[in-house]
Amino acid sequence: MSSISKSPWVIHYDGSSCNGCDIEVLAALMPRFDVERFGVINTGNPKHADILLLTGSINEQNKPVVQNIYNQMPEPKVVLALGICATSGGIFRECYNVMGGADKAVPVDLYVPGCAIRPEAIIDAVVQALGILEKKRAAMNAAAV
Amino acid sequence: MMLSLIVFLIAFPLIIALILGAVRKSSIYPVVIYPASVILMIASLGLIWHGAKAKASLFPAHTNWVEPTILIIEILIAVYLLLLAFKRKDMVVTGFVLVQTALLLAFHYGPGKEMHVAANLFMDQFSVLMGLIVGVIGGLIAVYAVGYMQDFHHHHHEVKDNRPQFFSLIFVFLSAMFGFCFSNNLFWMFLFWEITTVCSFLLIRYKQDEQSIANAFWALRWNLLGGLAFLVGIIFLYLNTHVAEMDKMLLLPKMLILLPVSLLCFAGMTKSAQLPFSSWLVGAMVAPTPVSALLHSSTMVKAGVYLVLRFASVLEGTTVGLLVAMVGGVTFLVASFICISQNDAKKVLAYSTIANLGLVILCAGIGSPEAVWAGMLLIVFHAISKGLLFLCVGSVENQTGSRQIEDMSGLVVRMPKVAVMIMIGIAGMFLAPFGMLISKWVVLRAVILVNPLISFLLIFGSAATLFFWVKWLGKVIMVEREYKTNESTVVKAQWLVLGSLAAMTILICAFFAPVAGFLVEPYIANIYHQVVSLGSGNMIIVAIMLTMVCMFPLTFLDYGKGVKVVDAYLGGANTGNKSMQFLGSLRDVKDMDMKNYYLQDYFSEARLMRLGVLVGILFVIAVVLIGAI
Amino acid sequence: MSLFTAILYVVLAPLVGGLISGLDRKISARMQGRIGPPILQPFYDVGKLFKKENLVVRRSQNMFMTFFVILSVFTGALFFAGGDLLLVIFALTLAGVFFVLGGYKSSSPYSFIGAQRETLQMMSYEPAIIIVAVAMFMVTGSFQVKDIVSYPRPLIMDLPGVFIAFLFILPIKFRKSPFDLATSHHAHQEIVKGITTEFSGRTLALIEIAHWYEYVFVLGVGYLFFANSVWVGLLMTFLIFELLLIIDNATARVRWQWMLVGSWGMAFLAGGVNIIFLMMRGYP
Repeated sequence: MSSISKSPWVIHYDGSSCNGCDIEVLAALMPRFDVERFGVINTGNPKHADILLLTGSINEQNKPVVQNIYNQMPEPKVVLALGICATSGGIFRECYNVMGGADKAVPVDLYVPGCAIRPEAIIDAVVQALGILEKKRAAMNAAAV
Repeated sequence: MMLSLIVFLIAFPLIIALILGAVRKSSIYPVVIYPASVILMIASLGLIWHGAKAKASLFPAHTNWVEPTILIIEILIAVYLLLLAFKRKDMVVTGFVLVQTALLLAFHYGPGKEMHVAANLFMDQFSVLMGLIVGVIGGLIAVYAVGYMQDFHHHHHEVKDNRPQFFSLIFVFLSAMFGFCFSNNLFWMFLFWEITTVCSFLLIRYKQDEQSIANAFWALRWNLLGGLAFLVGIIFLYLNTHVAEMDKMLLLPKMLILLPVSLLCFAGMTKSAQLPFSSWLVGAMVAPTPVSALLHSSTMVKAGVYLVLRFASVLEGTTVGLLVAMVGGVTFLVASFICISQNDAKKVLAYSTIANLGLVILCAGIGSPEAVWAGMLLIVFHAISKGLLFLCVGSVENQTGSRQIEDMSGLVVRMPKVAVMIMIGIAGMFLAPFGMLISKWVVLRAVILVNPLISFLLIFGSAATLFFWVKWLGKVIMVEREYKTNESTVVKAQWLVLGSLAAMTILICAFFAPVAGFLVEPYIANIYHQVVSLGSGNMIIVAIMLTMVCMFPLTFLDYGKGVKVVDAYLGGANTGNKSMQFLGSLRDVKDMDMKNYYLQDYFSEARLMRLGVLVGILFVIAVVLIGAI
Repeated sequence: MSLFTAILYVVLAPLVGGLISGLDRKISARMQGRIGPPILQPFYDVGKLFKKENLVVRRSQNMFMTFFVILSVFTGALFFAGGDLLLVIFALTLAGVFFVLGGYKSSSPYSFIGAQRETLQMMSYEPAIIIVAVAMFMVTGSFQVKDIVSYPRPLIMDLPGVFIAFLFILPIKFRKSPFDLATSHHAHQEIVKGITTEFSGRTLALIEIAHWYEYVFVLGVGYLFFANSVWVGLLMTFLIFELLLIIDNATARVRWQWMLVGSWGMAFLAGGVNIIFLMMRGYP
């Protein structure tokens, strides 16, 4: 394991949702689960982040926002769609304003269903994302050579 | 040889002034002023040759027509001022002029009749230093003014074009400054002192609008008060000791001359706009920028501190000295604080000038060799950096029509060359390896040895200095949106001036050991019989630091390598066109502006000024009273 | 105290500073009832940052930060070489100015606010730290760090007030609560990330390393108060650090007004009383 997987810094964006998953993400960051054990830090700033945690569905309003945040993250980066709304649109899927899951806006690396998603699932997803980060970093190296 | 050089330096600008005043054609300005300024600069550089000599030279006078001429000039000035003051119904100015003239006449035809002066002119390292500043900086600013004034009248049609008067006043002023620096006869000194006052007055009201005239009279008032103190001081000195020469005066026992010295210090403080007199200098900023640069920061106000610093050895260890130091220290503190809340670039420069003059006065009041060393170097460094900054602000104002610091964002793209000069000037004012800070450092050490409590004024003032310079610097380098580059109003001669001032700011730091060793240290050795220097170990560290800072442009080799340009983080609401625009809640495009902190609640000008004036009055009265006792 | 210690500082300070930072996070976690990250976590973070892409808003913004790093190292090296304490402080200011200018240059609203607050912080701590130098001069008769260190009595005996003023500004330099206004560490956020908002990858890693250098330097200044015995000095330095962590975890961030008035007031009152006391006693 290289240092890239020992220090996953996350940023969290909540789209069009009931805010359940949003709260669960914050719950996962609480001392009870102590994700800092794995070096996880919630940065609140895309320029410092490695992992984008998306909850909630994508609509016309927030699509450019999500895209902007994604574009402002430095490579290598991983996008996690957390909760059923972010994976597919969930119960809001048929709403006139909802476009669908997170993949309508940005490329998603990992889909994690749940309504609302549980903190354990979030932590598990982040740990899995580390492997993807490693791979992307290796791909970056290969491209550079 | 040296005498003729001095006489040339005084007479030559006068002749140029006459030519400029007589020939009222705008085409002659470059033809006359450029060569004249170059000649002045070369001639004042010729003064350096004298710097190597150890002792002060005195030049005996053989003329008996000079004294009446001086009296006539003084009366003419008085009449002229009286006329203006009557027209304006300014009773204070009228009163001052009347009292002054009466005193002068009474003295001249009374006790002063048998006055014998052995040497009217003199020259030592300190006056050479001042002469150099006046000649070189003054010459450069005169060159700059040619292009500036043309542009100024191009933009300001409401101002009557009176350039013949303007330029000839500038040269009269230069002549008077040379005269002031090289006079040994205190009555001559007084004449030149008054001429600078009048020049300053006329140049402040150049625009002829109500505000300019009001501010000019305000400045005149304070300067005349100072002149009165000057006159009373020297008359008192003569009556008590029958001495009317600077060199003999400094040899007298301390107790005998303390009152005249405190009166002269009072005069110096008015000229240098110390608290409580500071307001005139802030008002003087209505004048065209070259005037502010030349008279109100680089040279004329330096005459005041020059005078006080001359008496440093008298002030050392006395209560008067301590009080003078307090005036300087309080001025430094208060003026630095006020700078924080100012947005107008010229006002920031004005207050920072007041602050730095306060620092020199503080040095003079402390009066130890280290303090004088620092004070003399402060005068040099400040003259160069401040001259540069004023001229840059003038160029920015002519180009963009604004001199607000808030409007200077992106200057590094809009006017890249001027922006770099501003950066150099600001760095020269407060950053570590540059001269001002080195001098400040020596001042701090000198102050601690005398009275650590005074150092508190310095410490807190310096912290404020840091704040307002940094936020200005930041404003210049930040880039909020895409701009067009346009520096077309700055003409070639002006680039030359700005460039040489910027180069001087850096070079004088690199070579300040020789400068100090050549002019400052011999002077101090003559006065105090003691050698002061920075110490070679520290010099090396300073040199290392300077080298590092000067390597900063090298980092441009790395410009944009291995980076990807993205938009700034705006919570994801960027519009995505590389600007600071964002989408509002209704998808409307909004512009973003970023404004600096001004901390108005804590550093408001009005409140601090009131406090400063109050404290200043107390201290200044104490200076004179204790001097009298 | 010589070139040797300066080189030692340049080589070892990032290691020591990184460990201090790791310890800080571990101890903070324990105070909050967590297990906390490994002690080496700061090194992992920096290692990772070196492998990331470097994003900028303005192409020249990174140069200021590179210079900030160089000058921070220089400041500490000058200090540990036993140089003039005032010169060290000026070098520190110079480094700080480049840091602020980097924030300004990146021209984003968040880094802009951070840059201004950083300037405010510099203005707040400068008087106190110069008063430390002045007071030490009054006791030992020298500004040279090498002379101050070899003073036979612990300086804290003569300078309790100055020490309190110094402690008060310590959180500013460590970027800790209650004075972490410009930017802060770990999971703390300060209007996004304050001055470092627009920096990423290699540059952010360098900034982090520069902060490690600063940690060691600032703790070195704290050490001066107890310098007559090495072990007591090191112990007390560690205790200062502990105290800092307790303050960090026990306080909330204050507004800049509190910081400015507090640190100036403390420097003026505590430092002033101390210096008057020294004056009355007589000094060299």
